[in-house]
Amino acid sequence: MSDDYIYAVARVRSKELSLLGRQDIDLLMACRGFDECLRVLSDKGWGGADGSSAEAVLAAEEEKTWAFIRELTDDLAPFSVLLYPIDYNNIKAAVKCVVTDTKPQDVFLSGGSIDPETMMRCVRENDFSPLPPVMAQAADEAYHTLLQTGDGQLCDILLDRACMEGILQCGKDSGSELLMQYAELKVAVSDIKTAVRACKTGKSKAFIDEALAPCGSLDASSLASAACKSPEDIYGYLASTPYGGAAEKLKESYSAFEKWCDDQVMDLIKEQKRNPFTIGPLFAYVLARQNEISTVRIILSGKLNELDDGMIRERLRDMYV
Amino acid sequence: MEGFDWSTLGVFFALLGAVLAALMGGIGSAIGVGMTGQAAAGVVTEDPSKFGKVLILQLLPGTQGIYGLLIGFVTLTQIGVLGGDPNMTLAKGLLYLAACLPMAIVGMVSAKWQAKAAVSSISLVAKKPDQFGKSMIFPAMVETYAVLALLISILAITSIGGLPV
Repeated sequence: MSDDYIYAVARVRSKELSLLGRQDIDLLMACRGFDECLRVLSDKGWGGADGSSAEAVLAAEEEKTWAFIRELTDDLAPFSVLLYPIDYNNIKAAVKCVVTDTKPQDVFLSGGSIDPETMMRCVRENDFSPLPPVMAQAADEAYHTLLQTGDGQLCDILLDRACMEGILQCGKDSGSELLMQYAELKVAVSDIKTAVRACKTGKSKAFIDEALAPCGSLDASSLASAACKSPEDIYGYLASTPYGGAAEKLKESYSAFEKWCDDQVMDLIKEQKRNPFTIGPLFAYVLARQNEISTVRIILSGKLNELDDGMIRERLRDMYV
Repeated sequence: MEGFDWSTLGVFFALLGAVLAALMGGIGSAIGVGMTGQAAAGVVTEDPSKFGKVLILQLLPGTQGIYGLLIGFVTLTQIGVLGGDPNMTLAKGLLYLAACLPMAIVGMVSAKWQAKAAVSSISLVAKKPDQFGKSMIFPAMVETYAVLALLISILAITSIGGLPV
């Protein structure tokens, strides 16, 4: 019910005051080096007690966001749209580690809804029943495919596609217009990225068909046909869809396209600043925080590698506030 | 029902009007103040210094309950329960019921909508506390219609006694 989120949305509104705005980003950009950036972030309350390294600071901020959301609502099911990519990345890593008999080291992402140790146990014992049914089926198929063919890419596309289908389903199940639109955008963007990569590496139509997840705003079959021909055919097809802007950015550069993808998400959630009742503002807050963390990561790595300011700036994302 | 004296129901309908005004206004206000209270608590959780501002916004949808009580009380003083003429015809009883309905219905509906406006204003104060004055005006606009309903109900209730029915 929409009224269930009144308290949570009011807290989110107060929290939004501490989100980084354009001025804060300019301040970070004006820092003379990596260490000064970290000091500015620390002054703004970023990082935990032991957060000295950049990755520790960013991980602490991600954790703070989810801790805040867990405080606001017991039902994290609608947020699975954001957690599925982490879970599927971890199951992919678990399958590969077990099949190649290697010890998992720095391969799991934190913050997923399923403990990576549980995933490792499921794969080792070839019993996927503790996992959600859709993930269990995909993991079982990927595991046996990797065992039989040794083709890591095939294993990846099986799990990536299951992940995208899970995101779409989760968006539909949430009943929230925003989550549905986000899931649709996420799947379409993922399909475009897959098609572009497959085109550049000369993959077969059968492989691309297997890799693309069907969604409402893109025809996976037409996109796969275009990807078999040339990048220009992909741009031509995209121009006839709501993702014409993506084609323009892809012509420019891949990093411009990635920035366009993130900016689309920001455009989608900006409406939520005027919504005081539904789950939308909570979801928008998490996405805004993730966008903020990814922008700070770009600045920090740019400063660390002493990149030119212009080069860093062209990669910076639009901010929520 | 042959031989039933319908005029004895006059006071029942008049009392029903008084009860509905207090009941529906009270329900609307309880829902409204509950909604705004949740939003206010959310803001105060993050920033206790905004307590005074959000408290005022929380209370705005509470007035309909007070108006309903007022109408109920005035009606009781007219219909022989707390004063006034206890000998009431059926027609007069129905007139009192009709007079109470504006406050009952508008009170309940306006309290809920005012609460929605107040919740939005609480969000506004959370982000821009210096805009507190403006934030008060939006839910206060909804109050206008509760006040109009209060006026028409009071005028009607106080005038019915003199009617030749």
